[in-house]
Amino acid sequence: MTAPAPRMRAERVSKLYPGVQALDAVDFEIHAGAVNVLIGENGAGKSTLMKIIAGVEQPSAGRLLLDGAEVSFADPAAAARQGVCMVFQELSLFANLSIAENIFIGRERCRLGIDIDQGSEIARAREVLARLRHPLDPRALVSSLTIGQQQIVEIARALAQDARVLILDEPTSALSSAEAETLFGVIAELKERGVAIVYISHRLEELKRIGDHVTVLRDGRLVATAEMREVDVPWIVRQMIGRDAPARADCARGVPGDEVLRVTDMLLPRERGGFVVDHVSLSVRSGEIVGIYGLLGAGRTELLESIMGCRRDATGSVAVAGTDVSRLDVSGRVAAGVALVPEDRRHSGFVGTFSVARNLTLASLRRFTRLFHLDPAREASAVTASTSDLAIKAAGPDTPVTTLSGGNQQKVVIGKALLTKPRVLLLDEPTRGVDVGAKTEQYRLIRRLADEGLGVLFATSELDELTALADRVLVMREGVIALDLPCDDADHDSITAAANPRAEAA
Amino acid sequence: MGGDTLLLLMRLRTVIALVVVLAFFSAAAPNFLSSANMVLMLKHVALNAILAIGLTYVIVAGGIDLSVGSVAGLTGMVAGFLMLNGVPVGSDTLVRFNLFEIILIVLALGVAIGLLNGLLVARLKVAPFIATLGTLYVVRGAALLSSDGRTFPDLVGDAYYGTSGFPVIGGGYLIGLPVSVWILAVIAAIAAYVTLRTPLGRQIYAVGGNAVAAALSGIRVGRVLIVTYMVSGFCAAVVGLIIASELQAAHPATGETFELNAIAAAVLGGASMSGGRGTILGTLVGAAVIGVLGDGMVMMGVSAFWQMVIKGLVIIAAVLLDGAQARLQHRVAIRRAAAMA
Repeated sequence: MTAPAPRMRAERVSKLYPGVQALDAVDFEIHAGAVNVLIGENGAGKSTLMKIIAGVEQPSAGRLLLDGAEVSFADPAAAARQGVCMVFQELSLFANLSIAENIFIGRERCRLGIDIDQGSEIARAREVLARLRHPLDPRALVSSLTIGQQQIVEIARALAQDARVLILDEPTSALSSAEAETLFGVIAELKERGVAIVYISHRLEELKRIGDHVTVLRDGRLVATAEMREVDVPWIVRQMIGRDAPARADCARGVPGDEVLRVTDMLLPRERGGFVVDHVSLSVRSGEIVGIYGLLGAGRTELLESIMGCRRDATGSVAVAGTDVSRLDVSGRVAAGVALVPEDRRHSGFVGTFSVARNLTLASLRRFTRLFHLDPAREASAVTASTSDLAIKAAGPDTPVTTLSGGNQQKVVIGKALLTKPRVLLLDEPTRGVDVGAKTEQYRLIRRLADEGLGVLFATSELDELTALADRVLVMREGVIALDLPCDDADHDSITAAANPRAEAA
Repeated sequence: MGGDTLLLLMRLRTVIALVVVLAFFSAAAPNFLSSANMVLMLKHVALNAILAIGLTYVIVAGGIDLSVGSVAGLTGMVAGFLMLNGVPVGSDTLVRFNLFEIILIVLALGVAIGLLNGLLVARLKVAPFIATLGTLYVVRGAALLSSDGRTFPDLVGDAYYGTSGFPVIGGGYLIGLPVSVWILAVIAAIAAYVTLRTPLGRQIYAVGGNAVAAALSGIRVGRVLIVTYMVSGFCAAVVGLIIASELQAAHPATGETFELNAIAAAVLGGASMSGGRGTILGTLVGAAVIGVLGDGMVMMGVSAFWQMVIKGLVIIAAVLLDGAQARLQHRVAIRRAAAMA
């Protein structure tokens, strides 16, 4: 049931930021009762376009039409009043408030305009949640919910405002497969009710599955629109990056060397009983890339953090190149040759107030110290060496790291780790927030590092990444290593089967 | 390039403010530029600047130390007590300390209180504001208890006990400048060297900028935090010594609200309360602005009440400008990045 005229239209919308043309005369149609997919690499202008449609930003030129009439939204609240709601990429919920309080935040229902009518808010929240087939208790604190449930609350917040246009910006990036399935169910239902859904995601397979219309942006320009059923994934990739997807890195050619990491019986207790990491033993050899796959909450990140020494209550032994480091703290393990490139760069990867150069040398300051003080010349030469070695694109070493693209920021964090001369490199979601085009470059870099003798252990929630990069595949499920396969034997079906919790007997 | 010029002016805002304030008072208040007044102002500035340097360490690392005024008070009292009394050891021996020993003991006490603050914050995870608010009271109470609220008078020193040089610390002169100003110069030089050129300095900025990333980079975050509080305690003890020496008396209320002026100096100098930003040089200029503003207004006969209002407004203006600078800097950086791409 495709409506003849679109519910909403953006006509020749442009957005200029200081020195950057984020959008250049883009047309975009949003059809009712359909999933309108918007796709493009990072920086292509997807988020900017959505922010303009949702009233977060104002267009520099062009106009918006809602049901054929021109509209302009001064702020997100104005857009919401007209039924245009956006669920942001980073969840914008208040963890310290209840579900109902979150749903009505900023537009509380009041009795006589004075005190909050909690009863009515809770009833309405319960009604919306029921519509989403998620009968959560509206009085529950958001902090007690899983990420998937929080996403549902975000959508409930939009629905409680009678959203007619619902924008979902990378809604599955933090969800497990099972949670994503639930979300797709919710989306299908909203579609049937005639809600116009705008869907942004990097996950091409998922777009292919749920999308109806597809619009591709590149460098702030509209490059293609099509019906999803008429196109395939290679077509989308071609439109996005302007060429075919490069061949993925293959399995290791060389023979792995000596063992550089051995983890024995790693155990990390969960707060409320049980184990996040449950008796995990593994080993990584020099030159080998081992990939850990698992759903959200499988314990991948926690395992890497335990190996790094960040988790104080983790037990079990860790040996680096034969030397036991179990008793050392993070600092000691860095010195012993372990380095972790964390999942969330901004939060734990780089220091945002520092330049590229200062971030690069942060973990290896001792190497540049002469007597008491840092030797600027030695530091500078190390920085030059790693920026050229890793091909970090920055205006200069003193550029603030926050102005770099995601891929280049990631290279800075990797470069920082490499300057500690590690034997083992731990990578958590190595290409999260990195462009499709730049992903291949990251893979090649990681492969090269392994060829140079590094042992690599990386965690991922993307099957493609696992098969593109890993020589050996470990599948984690509920804290346990459920499967250990060489790359050649790893197929998507067996990996997925091992990753998903076994159906429990009724 | 308008953005760049504006950015430069914004960066230099505290220096500009200092020049403006100096020019204004030179014109408005006779005798303001006299060498006697300058020396007096330098002495005032020195006390606040020494405290503010210690606070800069703490603030750059992302913390706050409210206890510095109390520490200055207690260390002054301990100095006064040791000047006048011996410490009983065993049943019948009374140990008297000479000047050098007294200085060491007092400085060690300041460092120890800093260590306590650091342990509370870094190991026991008490919020810095609360932890140091607690020590502010405890230490002030200890200062009052040490003499039952009375002053230790006549700290002129005694050659017999090797303490006769005591009044020199806060009252003496060296090559035309007060000794306290020389002390400031030495502390500022070392403090600046450490922040700019040593791994510890870099680590302090990293911890304040992003403690999680710093920890993953192998930096012992807790240890770095503790060191910053120890530096702050040390600086406070130095101030306590200088004041007791200058007045040749130790009063238990000495140093009350000093922490506020010191924080103001650091913030005026560009230190960010969210950590990661701030410089020793900036803090020195900030302390100078606060000092000149205060003394200038006194000379012009501005009422003490208005002085507080004006000082408050200057602090708020400084923070507003700081925010504006950060936004401008971000815009310029983005434009550069875009120009390169």
